[in-house]
Amino acid sequence: MADMALHGVRRPLIVRHPSLLIFLTCLALFTVAVTLLAEGVGMGVISTSFVKTLGKTLCLCLVALAMDLVWGYTGILSLGHMAFFGIGGYAIGMWLMYARTEIIVRDSLAQAPLPPTVTEISDGIANQIFGVVGASEFPAIWALAHSFPAQLAFVVLVPGLLALIFGWLAFRSRVTGVYLSILTQAMTLALSLYLFQNDSGLRGNNGLSGLQNLPGFDDVPQSSVSIAFFWASALALALGYLLCSFIVSGKFGSVLRAIRDDEARVRFLGYSVEAYKLIVFVITAMIAGVAGALYYPQAGIINPAEIAPIASIYLAVWVAIGGRGRLYGAVIGTAFVSLLSSWFTGGQAPDINLGFAVIQWVDWWTILLGLSFVAVTLFAPKGIGGLIDLIEERRSPDRHGADLGPDAGALREKEASK
Amino acid sequence: MIYRFLAILLLWAGVASAQDMEAPIQQVLQEHGEIIQKSSRRTIGPAIDTLAASGLDDAQAVLERWQAREMWFNKETGAFVFGEEGENRTLILSDVAGGDLGTAPKGDYKQLKPNSGIRGLIGAALVQFQLTAPDAATRAAALDAIERNPEASHLAALRAVTDEPDAELATRSARLERLLTIEFDEDDAARIAAIEGFEGDLGVDVRAALNPLVQTELSFVAAGEADAPLQIGGDITRDDAYALLVSAGEAEAVVTSGEIKEALIANIDGAEVQGIRVAALDTDDARASTYALLSEAGLARPQVTEADINATLAGFDFFRSYTNAPLDVALAAQAVLSGIETKVAVNQTFDLGLDALSLASIYFLAAIGLAITFGVMGVINMAHGEFIMMGAYTGYVVQLFITDYTVSILVAIPLAFAVTFSAGVAMERLVIRWLYHRPLETLLATFGISIALQQLAKNIFGTQARPLTAPGWLDGSLVINDIVSISYIRIAIFVLALLFLALFLFVMNRTRLGLEVRAVTQNPRMAASMGINPDRINMLTFGFGSGIAGIAGVAIGLYAKVTSEMGADYIVQSFMTVVVGGVGNIWGTLLGAGLVGSMQKGIEWLNPSNTLAAQTYMILFIILFIQFRPRGIIALKGRAAEA
Repeated sequence: MADMALHGVRRPLIVRHPSLLIFLTCLALFTVAVTLLAEGVGMGVISTSFVKTLGKTLCLCLVALAMDLVWGYTGILSLGHMAFFGIGGYAIGMWLMYARTEIIVRDSLAQAPLPPTVTEISDGIANQIFGVVGASEFPAIWALAHSFPAQLAFVVLVPGLLALIFGWLAFRSRVTGVYLSILTQAMTLALSLYLFQNDSGLRGNNGLSGLQNLPGFDDVPQSSVSIAFFWASALALALGYLLCSFIVSGKFGSVLRAIRDDEARVRFLGYSVEAYKLIVFVITAMIAGVAGALYYPQAGIINPAEIAPIASIYLAVWVAIGGRGRLYGAVIGTAFVSLLSSWFTGGQAPDINLGFAVIQWVDWWTILLGLSFVAVTLFAPKGIGGLIDLIEERRSPDRHGADLGPDAGALREKEASK
Repeated sequence: MIYRFLAILLLWAGVASAQDMEAPIQQVLQEHGEIIQKSSRRTIGPAIDTLAASGLDDAQAVLERWQAREMWFNKETGAFVFGEEGENRTLILSDVAGGDLGTAPKGDYKQLKPNSGIRGLIGAALVQFQLTAPDAATRAAALDAIERNPEASHLAALRAVTDEPDAELATRSARLERLLTIEFDEDDAARIAAIEGFEGDLGVDVRAALNPLVQTELSFVAAGEADAPLQIGGDITRDDAYALLVSAGEAEAVVTSGEIKEALIANIDGAEVQGIRVAALDTDDARASTYALLSEAGLARPQVTEADINATLAGFDFFRSYTNAPLDVALAAQAVLSGIETKVAVNQTFDLGLDALSLASIYFLAAIGLAITFGVMGVINMAHGEFIMMGAYTGYVVQLFITDYTVSILVAIPLAFAVTFSAGVAMERLVIRWLYHRPLETLLATFGISIALQQLAKNIFGTQARPLTAPGWLDGSLVINDIVSISYIRIAIFVLALLFLALFLFVMNRTRLGLEVRAVTQNPRMAASMGINPDRINMLTFGFGSGIAGIAGVAIGLYAKVTSEMGADYIVQSFMTVVVGGVGNIWGTLLGAGLVGSMQKGIEWLNPSNTLAAQTYMILFIILFIQFRPRGIIALKGRAAEA
């Protein structure tokens, strides 16, 4: 805000980011179109399960935005953002599961001759929820599970706090580049292994289930619930896009890009690189938490396998294929790859008969994805977003083949222009 | 025809009369004829004991054939014979005292069918015969039988044997005699002597014999009668003490919330209990006060208050006493046991150390290839785990064609190296070469390859685990005592890890290739101007690292199952090992593997039920460790650190 005072009038965000308006318009049109076509509300062309798939895709786009901010703009290849996404899901899942079980337990205890005491109700709920892992008492982390506002706060606070602690430890000891990636991957692995235990207090590998049933809304059909969540996801994506555009525009965004291109030089210029990185890391973790909290009620179940490092790697794949360093690239890449992925793995893609062998896409899609990822990294570092540059005929400035940055790690222009 | 029948009849009559009813063994059997025929587990004891103690030569044969259900008795005379079923419902008979008795119709005889309980008693009685059998295998089997199911009667049998020729069996027999003395001897002095003889012995059997002796039981007497009563709240909990009194009928049990609830439900009158509205009974306090009203009205037993409990407890002293042995025997056992336990703890620590060492060598094997590609070249290869997997699957495929496990492993090791070497070279040529200046993108591209390779393995070999069988001479384990043992496979992996270390050091420090690799690592341009081809060196180095991963895969496959995900299980730990140890230094990798391995075993020991928790805490520890030594245990200094 300081430069605003210095330079007088500042151009509005929309003008500085022309893609913002286009993106929001497209998202709004898409949301309205899906609503009109959906089962339950509109014409019924799109089934409820597909509405849920679309809603989940929007949530994935939101977490991809966060990933793009932290990786594409700041240069931190985090392999832990799907863990923050999962934590958000767990936080909201705890409330959903608690509240719904409470209704069931209260109903069954109401039949008893004596009115139930508070302990009897909570014992009943604990038995219902933890019977599957052989426990019957609430672990300490469920202390506030009965409170919707508290769990809603945890959706952003827990990922934010975890990111703060981890980021503070990692950035202050100047862990950068691939080391940081491996460290975030280790953190994610530790978290998922921890959650896999039965005594983690979150039902071990059973995870939390039945999340699609909203407590108190048993009468509302899933077709309406799915549309509500679809709208909520679209709104969250729009707000997230606005927030990210705001962050990457202006001075703050310039510093982030400078850190990506040459961290040492930014530090020598007097900026507190660690603080910038930490702020971005924490904010993106919170965005990921929100995305997770919207995703898992639509998925209906969350378990520790969703947090495993491979999920975060896929997130990086989506962003890379879409084109990192541009927000719409992350969204396009995620929507494209994850929808294509569910088309292939859903068994809808036709098998290819090669005569000696039949290519079944359920089995071969992952291989195709892995190889196309290698191809994108090698031949099209700009991803799908690069196509838009072609349309706009935008070109990078000609540096006559020199490095884009001063150190050995910087892109050469030859590489970047590929 | 009729003559023939008569002839058989005559023959049979003649044979039957040949049975010797006066033989001593038959006499003994007849003495207990009734209970033997009745065949009841509860009453048969004296018959078997008399037989065993008779000292007759035939007694062993009788017991054995009785146990094998080959004894029959004549329905008329009650005479006992051995019988085997012949053709046409006949029996081939022989005398219990020896001698052939020909055949007889089956209908005249009844079979003795000892049930499993009786067969067990007969078996125990037979032991004394077996212990003196001429065949060493039989004697060893008898000792096995006693070890499995010791009985007081065996003690005498063991002591009777004094001339065991086989030294090994003699030691076993003497040890068994001492164990049985501890358990069954009537004489306390003999028991104490036997107990003290086992001082410091680590055998599981010794602890099994001693542990019952030191069992104690909580009991109580009126206050002031015990010499050194237990402190309530200190030595025993208040609840335990009161529960003991309740179970002995000395005190009234506390009314539980369940009982309160039942009493309240039983006394609901309309919508009220004792004038309190049912709807108001939704807290524990309200329920308790209403229950108090009920008990005042005489409708329920009164609640036991804290003051009541204190008053009751004050009236008694509590103490522990040994239940299974006299005091001096129990004390001797206690002393010996505590000595043994210290020794057990020391040995367990040693065993844990061996476990940690073997885990460390597995991590070292998994990480050494990375130490080359990542540590020396600085190339992140996330598909390293998949190279390990490829090596293991190569071993599996080789075993499909070569069934001799020793030969197949010898073929598999170079083949695995060849396969992963070519895969590594191909990967370096096609992908990594173009990304040398972009480490993050190398990481991503190799991730793509890792995903694809994993799925490819799944498509080819399926999702179920495939076996990679070790040769027979690697089966079993090196047993040092009952606590410390290590399997030969783990020793082999340890040796292999040492070999790899030596190979690495030799290649890097003593060969032309190693020299060129180090030159290219330090300064590629200068190396190039000295006539070294950096492209070729990078390719070979990467291939070398990948090839070692393949061999590690064969070794790990022998120890764990071969699945498409086995590489992914090791990749994070391998990177941690390299990073913790210090990038670019093989000794650092060795230390890192040692640290990671012993950390994991140590945490597992603290929380043995949970290996997942061990991995979690280990990773957290490593994240913290990197805070304090960001460049690992052995940090490179100077220019090499910046490369």
